[in-house]
Amino acid sequence: MFTFRRLLKTCALFGCSVTVLVSTAQEQVKLGQAITEASLAEFDLIAEPSGISFPAGSGTARQGKIIFENRCSVCHGSNGEGNSAATVLVGGDMKSLDSPLRTVGSYWPYSSTVFDFIRRAMPANAPKSLTDEETYQVAAYVLYLNGLVAEDEIMDAKTLPQVRMPNAEGFIDQSHIQ
Amino acid sequence: MTKSSKDQNKRLNLDMAAANGLLSRRHLLNAALGGAGLAMSQSLLGQEAGVKLEIPAWSKTPGPGTSPYGKTSAHAKLERQSGFDNPFYPGGGASRSPLQHLQGTITPNSLHFERHHAGVPAIDPDGHKLVIHGLVRQPLVFNYEDLLKYQMVSKIHFLECSGNSGALLYGGNPDGTAQSLHGLVSCAEWTGIPLSALLGEAGVLPEARWIAAVGADAASMGRSIPLDKAMDDSLLALFQNGEPVRPEQGYPMRLFNPGWEGNTSVKWLTQIKVTRNPLQFRDETSKYTDTMPDRKSLQFTFPMEVKSVITSPSGQMSVTQGSIYRVTGIAWSGAGSIRRVEVSADGGQTWGDALVESQQLDRALVRFSIPWRWDGSPAVLQSRATDSAGNVQPTRNSVIAAKGTINRYHNPCIQSWGVNTAGEVTNVYV
Repeated sequence: MFTFRRLLKTCALFGCSVTVLVSTAQEQVKLGQAITEASLAEFDLIAEPSGISFPAGSGTARQGKIIFENRCSVCHGSNGEGNSAATVLVGGDMKSLDSPLRTVGSYWPYSSTVFDFIRRAMPANAPKSLTDEETYQVAAYVLYLNGLVAEDEIMDAKTLPQVRMPNAEGFIDQSHIQ
Repeated sequence: MTKSSKDQNKRLNLDMAAANGLLSRRHLLNAALGGAGLAMSQSLLGQEAGVKLEIPAWSKTPGPGTSPYGKTSAHAKLERQSGFDNPFYPGGGASRSPLQHLQGTITPNSLHFERHHAGVPAIDPDGHKLVIHGLVRQPLVFNYEDLLKYQMVSKIHFLECSGNSGALLYGGNPDGTAQSLHGLVSCAEWTGIPLSALLGEAGVLPEARWIAAVGADAASMGRSIPLDKAMDDSLLALFQNGEPVRPEQGYPMRLFNPGWEGNTSVKWLTQIKVTRNPLQFRDETSKYTDTMPDRKSLQFTFPMEVKSVITSPSGQMSVTQGSIYRVTGIAWSGAGSIRRVEVSADGGQTWGDALVESQQLDRALVRFSIPWRWDGSPAVLQSRATDSAGNVQPTRNSVIAAKGTINRYHNPCIQSWGVNTAGEVTNVYV
């Protein structure tokens, strides 16, 4: 801490006159209102990689195919082939000689992100319009298109976050550099 | 530079700072600069300007009176530049600041760059909530009106999208301008509440290491931020250059992480979940990760690098043989303040020190300039910044050698503006 005494010392050292601008840190007001985690049931949509905050419900790829066709295929194609590099969901190979196509299957390190992103941001023209049940179904279908789950495999809070992604080891955490 | 132009410069009594026409800064300091014009006043050369001076028409008629919210002059053509609307990405996209038309270091709010993932939400501040929960002693919800009562701090900082200048990595784009190539950087005074105060109020538990920040836009865009940063200098920004944060910048409140890639400064902030581990959101896994030549991808690459760009003369401008120009640009670093900016007119063979015209604030834009006389021969203008941590802006070749060309994020490389014999300035690769 830069104490007042040290400040005086520094001033004396550099021969400056002691006109100290007093800017003591005021005590902040505290105006947050107490809430409970339970009150956030419909507000907190984050689905964590651990599976902890996944909602109730379940779904299979077979169920998801129908919703995907109706709600997602306009951008992503019926089989996840997409209508541009930005919307393709399947294929790609991180080992390819050319610049790799990065998709859910080839690039995404966590299956939880598939559910989390669909739940909060998709479909792009009507985000948050899918029910939790439908979100499980569509997420299951996207994972199925990438050959990561079987067509009738049940995806829920327990099984979906455990789906192993091919590029899970492909990332290097740089968060220590701040 | 040719021998004859050297002789010419000698005859004109011009001190050289580096080869190919870069002049000593004293020529800028002594010269009478005509407005924000590109070419310097001919008075430097001691010639009669030949301008007929008379009282203009607007000095003879009263103009309109006051206005509720001021506008820029109709003669100042200042516009952000957007990409094309994508019907499959409603509201998504970016717009870029017109760097080549701006001076000083502060970006006007109307021209601050934008990046949206699902458009700009129409937020009524009375209905907006900020929730802090997760690994805290007491989950809290804050109202906008209450947040305005907190003690605030004001800091001038740049904000840069980590995708800025990414196009330079794959080459091409000879028609690029300072705006189209580098316009995803802006600088403003941000006023708000240190996030540490609000996190402290909720009481962060000892096991916490990260926070998840989520916006109230249609994409609920989220990023994970290390708790160390959040407790150090993250700001809940409520004001931008003195007025409420603009809707496209996050009204009524945004996170602001000084020096870090822009996407982490989550706009329309509505949720902070304090956690043990990062949340692995789409925009920190699928996007904003930097794939290296060995196909491993760097994740959570937060600080923006030391960087500069000449904004004038720059792409799509032109210069006239024999004229003296104020070569000017901006420099910044996420690692501290800018200590030095050098300019080259011969593609990096020789360098002269530019004058830093502005304050050298921590993680803020600085403005630099150096006078340059174009003798008509081909030239390549470059700038190179050094920050207070000793980091030196790298060449394009060294960035590519280190990080390859798959990656499009975090490219701080030196920009080269080529000047051909016709005086046309274009984006070139040297």
